[in-house]
Amino acid sequence: MTDVLTPVLTDDWDAAQSWKLATYESRGGYGALKKALGMNQDDIITAVKDSGLRGRGGAGFPTGMKWSFIPQDNPKPKYLVVNADESEPGTCKDIPLMMATPHTLVEGVAISSYAIRANKAFIYIRGEVLHVIRRVQAAVAEAYEAGHLGKNIHGSGYDLDIVVHAGAGAYICGEETALLEGLEGRRGQPRLRPPFPAVAGLYASPTVINNVESIASVPSIIAHGAEWFASMGTEKSKGYGIFSLSGHVANPCQYEAPLGITLRKLIELAGGIRAGHELKFWTPGGSSTPLLTADHLDIPLDFEGVSGAGSMLGTRALQIFDETTCVVRAVLRWTEFYKHESCGKCTPCREGTWWLTQTLTRLEKGQGTPGDLDLLLDQCENILGRSFCALGDGATSPISSSIQYFREEYLAHLEHGGCPFDPLASTAFAIEGANA
Amino acid sequence: MTAELVKTNQVTVTIDGIQVSVPADTLVIRAAEEIGVQIPRFCDHPLLAPAGACRQCLVDIPDAGNGRGFPKPQASCTLPVAEGMVVNTQATSPVADKAQQGVMEFLLINHPLDCPVCDKGGECPLQNQAMSNGQGESRFAESGGVKRVFPKPINLAPQVLLDRERCIVCQRCTRFADEIAGDPFIALVERGAQQQIGIAEGVEFLSYFSGNTIQICPVGALTSAAYRFRSRPFDLVSSASIADHDACGSAIRVDHRRGKVMRRMAGDDRDVNEEWITDKDRFAFVSTRLDDRLTHPQVRDTETGELRAASWPEAFAVAARGLAAAKKKVGLLPGGRLTAEDAYAWSKFARVTVRTNNIDFRARPLGADHGAEEAAFLASTVVLGAPGAGAVTYADLETASAVLLAGLEPEDEAGTIFLRLRKANRATGARVFAISAVGTRGLAKVDGTLLPTVPGAEAAALAAVASNSDVALDSHSVILVGERLAVVPGALAAAVELARSTGARLAWVPRRAGDRGAVETGCLPTLLPGGRPVADAMARVDLAEAWGVDAVTGKDGLSGSQILDALRDGDLNALVVGGVDPADVLPSGGVDKKLRKALKKAFVISLEVRSSEFTELADVVFPVAPASDKAGTFINWEGRVRSFPKVLDHPSSLPDVRVLAGIAEERGRSIGVRTPEQAWAEIVKVGPWSGERAGFEAPASAAAPQPAAGQLVLASWKQLLDDGRGQDGDEHLRASVRPPVALVSAGTLTSLGLTAGDEVELAGPLGRLRLPVAVGEVAEGVVWAPASAPGASVRHQVGPAGSAVTLVGGTK
Amino acid sequence: MSIESQTYDELVEISQRYPEKRSGLLPMLHLVQSASGQVTAEGIKACAEILEISEAEVSGVATFYTMYKRRPVGDYHVGVCTNTLCAVMGGDLIFERLKDHLDVGNDETADGRPGDSATISLEHIECNAACDYAPVMMVNWEFLDNQTPESAVSVVDDLRAGKPVHSTRGPKLVTWKEAERVLAGFNDGLADEGPSAGPASLVGLKIARENSWTAPASNAAGTATAVADTKQAAVEQADTSRAESETLAEES
Repeated sequence: MTDVLTPVLTDDWDAAQSWKLATYESRGGYGALKKALGMNQDDIITAVKDSGLRGRGGAGFPTGMKWSFIPQDNPKPKYLVVNADESEPGTCKDIPLMMATPHTLVEGVAISSYAIRANKAFIYIRGEVLHVIRRVQAAVAEAYEAGHLGKNIHGSGYDLDIVVHAGAGAYICGEETALLEGLEGRRGQPRLRPPFPAVAGLYASPTVINNVESIASVPSIIAHGAEWFASMGTEKSKGYGIFSLSGHVANPCQYEAPLGITLRKLIELAGGIRAGHELKFWTPGGSSTPLLTADHLDIPLDFEGVSGAGSMLGTRALQIFDETTCVVRAVLRWTEFYKHESCGKCTPCREGTWWLTQTLTRLEKGQGTPGDLDLLLDQCENILGRSFCALGDGATSPISSSIQYFREEYLAHLEHGGCPFDPLASTAFAIEGANA
Repeated sequence: MTAELVKTNQVTVTIDGIQVSVPADTLVIRAAEEIGVQIPRFCDHPLLAPAGACRQCLVDIPDAGNGRGFPKPQASCTLPVAEGMVVNTQATSPVADKAQQGVMEFLLINHPLDCPVCDKGGECPLQNQAMSNGQGESRFAESGGVKRVFPKPINLAPQVLLDRERCIVCQRCTRFADEIAGDPFIALVERGAQQQIGIAEGVEFLSYFSGNTIQICPVGALTSAAYRFRSRPFDLVSSASIADHDACGSAIRVDHRRGKVMRRMAGDDRDVNEEWITDKDRFAFVSTRLDDRLTHPQVRDTETGELRAASWPEAFAVAARGLAAAKKKVGLLPGGRLTAEDAYAWSKFARVTVRTNNIDFRARPLGADHGAEEAAFLASTVVLGAPGAGAVTYADLETASAVLLAGLEPEDEAGTIFLRLRKANRATGARVFAISAVGTRGLAKVDGTLLPTVPGAEAAALAAVASNSDVALDSHSVILVGERLAVVPGALAAAVELARSTGARLAWVPRRAGDRGAVETGCLPTLLPGGRPVADAMARVDLAEAWGVDAVTGKDGLSGSQILDALRDGDLNALVVGGVDPADVLPSGGVDKKLRKALKKAFVISLEVRSSEFTELADVVFPVAPASDKAGTFINWEGRVRSFPKVLDHPSSLPDVRVLAGIAEERGRSIGVRTPEQAWAEIVKVGPWSGERAGFEAPASAAAPQPAAGQLVLASWKQLLDDGRGQDGDEHLRASVRPPVALVSAGTLTSLGLTAGDEVELAGPLGRLRLPVAVGEVAEGVVWAPASAPGASVRHQVGPAGSAVTLVGGTK
Repeated sequence: MSIESQTYDELVEISQRYPEKRSGLLPMLHLVQSASGQVTAEGIKACAEILEISEAEVSGVATFYTMYKRRPVGDYHVGVCTNTLCAVMGGDLIFERLKDHLDVGNDETADGRPGDSATISLEHIECNAACDYAPVMMVNWEFLDNQTPESAVSVVDDLRAGKPVHSTRGPKLVTWKEAERVLAGFNDGLADEGPSAGPASLVGLKIARENSWTAPASNAAGTATAVADTKQAAVEQADTSRAESETLAEES
C-alpha cells in the first residue's frame, strides 16, 4: 500500500541550499541522466510511455506518446520546450519546484531532449518570477560547468544546449502554440492546428512542449523504472503529483501524493478549513476547471474522478473558499481575469469576455435581472467550443458551474440590491483583527 | 494530366446532404460555395492564408471522413475537406446556426452600428451578413451593455484612415500587408478587447499597395482619405476598366456618379492582377478634372501670336494647312499612354496622311543609338507575342524556376509583376535575380538576389549570367527586361542571346499603359501595324493593300530623339505631339534654348488632355479624352488585350483617333476610321504580319563608360509614386511618396567621408540637387537617386541614369 | 532616450542566443526597459533594426505583454495580486490601501516626496503562482508573501526611505531596472540568496517526514496498461476542452 504522501519532486525542498548542484548530486542527482545516456532513445520513450505519466500541465495527455509523435525521419532539428509559464489562477506548483530544485527540471530536460533527439531545449518561464528565473539560470550554468549540458555530455557524443527564456506577462502563453509564438518573438496568439507542434512547432520544426512537472518527473521514472511510477496512482492516472492547497484552509500548502487522493484527505492534512468556517466551493485545477462543492470532497483527484464530477483535474490547483466568500465576486474577478488575458484573436473570447464581465458586474452590484443568469449561460454556450483555443472555454467554467451550484446566491444579490457579503470577513487577516 | 490523376486528386464530401467532389485540400468554406451554400465569413479571404480568427464560419462536422465527428463546431475556413466528410452548415444544422448567430452577436456588441453614416454602408459584409445571419434585436443593448469606444480615426498612412471602433480585428489588412505586399508596417497592437490595428509611433503604413487593405476590409474601419464621406455605394455606377498607369493591364472597377469618378477599386482577374492594384492605380484619377484640363481646341492667332479658342473644324483646318506646308518634314511623338486604337490612328496618320515614318512612341531616353537596338529588339522579339502564342504570362512568372530582372524594378515600374513574383517566391521559393545597381526593398521582398551591376555594364552582366551556376536559368526560367535597357548598348542583344543559350523565356516590360499597344500598331520608325517591318517591301505592299492606298513609304524614319534633333537643326518643320515632355526624350535630359527656339518656330500640333509646356509652344491644341472618357484597349506587357468601355461622357474632348481623322480628312488624306470601335475593327482586319519577322542584328556592344576619378555613376529610375502629372490632384497620395535620398554602399559612403543622414550635393551634367545620403545595397562606385521625386527631379536637375556625377557633403 | 552602444551590442547578443534571432525579442525588450526605464520608440527601432522586422511588428509585441511599460515606472514596481483567491484573502484591501497611501491609480507612479530615495509605482496583477502565500504582493517581480494592508504600507514606506527590504523568498530587492536586466538573461549573481522554499511549500513534506511517508521503494511494481496507448484513446482520455493540440480529432 502506497503511503498517503509520496515526496519525490518535493523530497529535496527542505535540504540546505537545495537549488545547488552539489546538493542535488549529493542526493543522487544526474544519476538518471547518466543512466539514460546509456540507454537507447526509444527505450526511454517506451519507459515513459509504460510509466503511464500523463501531462501535468492540465490536459493529461500521455507524455511518452507525445514524444513518440516526433517524426524522427524529419531532417529538421528537433526541439524540446518546457512550459514554465505557470499562470492558471490557483496553480503554484512549478514555481516552488523551480525555485527549490531547478536541477530536477534541468536533468529532466536533458533526458527528455536526448530521448526525442533534440539538441536544443528552451525553458519558457513566465517573466514575473524573478528569483525563480535566477535559480533556473544558475542551475543551467552549473550543469554546463559540470558537463551535464553542452557538447558530448559525459562522453556520450550527445550535445544539448538549454536557453532560459523569460516571458513578459501573458497568461495565454501557457497555451502551447501561443508559447511558441512568444518564444519566436511574436504576440502570444495561438496558432492554427494542424500542423501540430510535434510536426511543425518551434521554427516549423518537430517540437515537444511539456509542463515543468512532467519533465521533472522523468528522472525519477528513469532512475526507478516505469513500474515503480505506475505503482502509484489509480488505474488510468498513474504516479504522483503535486497538489496545491490555497485559500481558506488552516495551512495552505503543497502536497505530493499519488493521483487519486481526495480533497477530504488533503484538507484534513492541511489542518482543516480555517477555524470556525466551512467549505463552500473549490476549484480542482485552477479557475478554468468548473467549481465543485462540499458534495465532491470524496471524489478521487485523478483525471477520471474529477471528470466524472463534471470538472477537470487540471493542474491540481485546489483553491478552497469558505462560506465568507461571495461566489459572484469570485466569479466576476475570474471573468475579469479572462477578459484581461484574452489575446484578442478570436471573436467569442475577445467580445464574449467583454460582455460577460459587464453582465456579471451588474449582477454583483445587484442591478441585473434574474433573466441575466440565462443570458450568462447562453453567452457561455456561445463561447464554449466556439473559440480558437481553450482560454475562452476556461472563461465559461466558473460562470456556468457557479450558476449550477449557487443560483440562489446570484438572486440574493438582486434581492439585496448588492453584495450581501462582508469582504473583510474572507481575508487572511480577518481573524487577526487587522483592518483595512 | 491523366484521368486517373485527376480522380485521385478529387475528394467527395457531403455538404448539407449534397455530395460534391472538389480538389483535395479545398477548404470546406469553398467546397460549400460549389454547391451554392454561402457560409458567412470575415477573416477568410481566398488569397490570404487561413486565420480562423473571426469564427463566423463555424459548421458542424458529424463525420470528419474517418467515421468520427468533431465534438464542437469547426471553422470552415481552416478545415480542408477529407474523403467522406460530412458537413452541415447553418442551412441544415441548428448547432452551426446557433454558433454563427452567437458569433455575429458578439461581433456586433462593440460595433458602433453607425451604418447610416458609414462609408461601407450598403456594401458592407458585416451589415449584409448581420442581416442574413444575425438577429434583429441586440441583447447587449437591452441588458445595458456599454460599448468599447476609441477616440477619433487615426491615419495609418496619408491616404488610409482607421476608425478603430468599427474594426472587428479580422486581420485581413495586416495579413495583406505582411503576406501579399510584404510591408508589415501595420500590425495588431494591444491585446484582448483593446486589440487594434496600429502602426509604430511615427512610422506610417507606407506601402505602394496600402489601398487594397481598404478594399478588403469587411467593415467600414479602413477608409481612404479621398473617398471618405464622399459618396454612398448605391449612388455609384460601376464600370469595369483597365488601369492606365503602367503596362500591367490590371483590371479595375471605376465607380462614378454624375460624370465624376469617385473611386477606383481593384477588379478581380486571376490571370492578371488577382484582386490587387497599386495605390497609383487606385488613387491617381483626379488629374483629369483639375483646372488645367483642356476643354476646347485652340489655334495660334496669326495677328497676336497668342492661342485663342477655336471651333473643331477651324482647328482641323489650321492643322491640316500647317502639315501641308511642312510637306513630309514632320515628326510625330504620340507618347506611351495611348490606347491601341488611338496609337493605330497615329501610326496610320503618319503613314497615310503625313506619309512619313518619323514616328516614335518612346517618351524616354533612347541612348546613343537613338533607340535603334531597342526598336530592332521590339520588332524581332516582342511584337505579336501574346498569351497563348508563346509569350510569357503572369502565370508563367508564378511557376518559373527562376526569374532574372534587368533594367526593371518591378515594385516601382510594374507593381502587379512585383506582387506575382512575391507570390511565386513565397509559394514555391522561386528565385529572383536582378541585374541592377541597387538591391531594392522590392527585391528583398521577393527574397531576390542582386547581381550588382554598374549602370552601363548591363550587357556584360547579362552575358555573364550564362555561366553563373547560381542563377542557372533553364527553359522554366524567365528573363524580364525593362525599357531602361534601351540606353545600354548591347544589353538587349545580350538578353536575347542569354535566352537563346539557356532556353529561358524573355519578355519586355515597359512602363506605360500604351507602350505595348504602340509597338503592336507600329508607332515606331521601323515598324508598321501588325508587326510589319518598314524595311520589308512585301509588308508595305500588304499594308497598302489593306489600307487601300497606293503605297506605304519605305523611307527610313526618325526615332524620338532624332526627331527633336532634326527640329533643332531645322531639318523638320512640324511636330505632332501627344503629351510628351521633350525633356524626357532627349539624351541630355534637358531642353536646350536652341530646341525651344526651334519648337517655337516649327509648326506644332499638340493633342493633350491637360495644358503643358507644349501648349505654349503649339500652333494648334486639341483637347483629347483621357482613358475614362473613351472606349479603348491597352495591350499589357504580356501582349494581353485589355479592352475597356467608355466610363464618362465629356463632349469637350475627343479621342485621338477622332482628332487625327478630322485633320486627315481636312488634309484630304483620310485615315478611314473615326472612332475607337472602327479603329479596333480595322486593327483586327489588317491583322498580324504573317511574313518574315525582322531580324535582330546584335550591335557591337560598347564598353561601359568609365567615370573619372572622384566621380560616381548615377543609377536612377522613376519610382511608382513621383512627380508624374497623372498623380496630380491627390495630395494624400502624393504625401505617401518615398522621401528622396541619395543611396550609396557603405564602402562608397566611407570613401567619400560621409555619414548616413548627411545632406549631400549630387551634381551631374544638368546641375545639382541636395539630398540626404543613405546606405543601401548598392554597387560600388554608384549612387542611386530617384529620377522624379516631387521637388527633387534628378532627371531634370542632375542628369539621366548612367551620367557621371559627384557627391559632395559637409555643408549641412 | 537613445539606445547606447553597449546596450545595442547586448541586444544583438541576446538575439544570437537563438537559432532564429527574432526569438530574442522578448528578452530584448526587457533589456530596453532595463536601460531606458520603459519601452521607448528608440528601443523599438533598435530591436526592429537588429531583428530585421518592422517597428510595427515590434510595437505589436511590446503592447501585447503586460510587463512592458510604455510609461516610466518607479524604482520599485509594486504589484498586488487581485485575482480571485488573493483578492478574497485580502488583496483587494491591500491594493485599495496602497492606492490611497501612494495617491495613485492602477499602473501609475507615485509622485516622489522630498527626501525620498526611491519612487514607487503600483499595479494590480493577476495570479502570480504563489496562492499558498495569499495575499501576495510582488515588488520588482520578487515575492512578498502573506501580506496585510499594514505590512504592504510599511514595505513601500521602507523602499521610499531607502531602507533595505528583502523578498520573503529571495534577496534584498533590486531596482526595477536591475530586475529587468536579469529577465533579459544577464545574471546578477543573486541566485543563492533566500531560502529553498517558503514555509507553505514545506508543510506537506514536514507531514510526510513526521509520518515517515515516502515514495515507494524502487522495486515497487505497477502497470499502466489502462492508460491509453493509442492516439485516439489518449485523445478521449485527456481533458478535451484543454490543450487542444492533443485532443483535436485529426482526420488522418
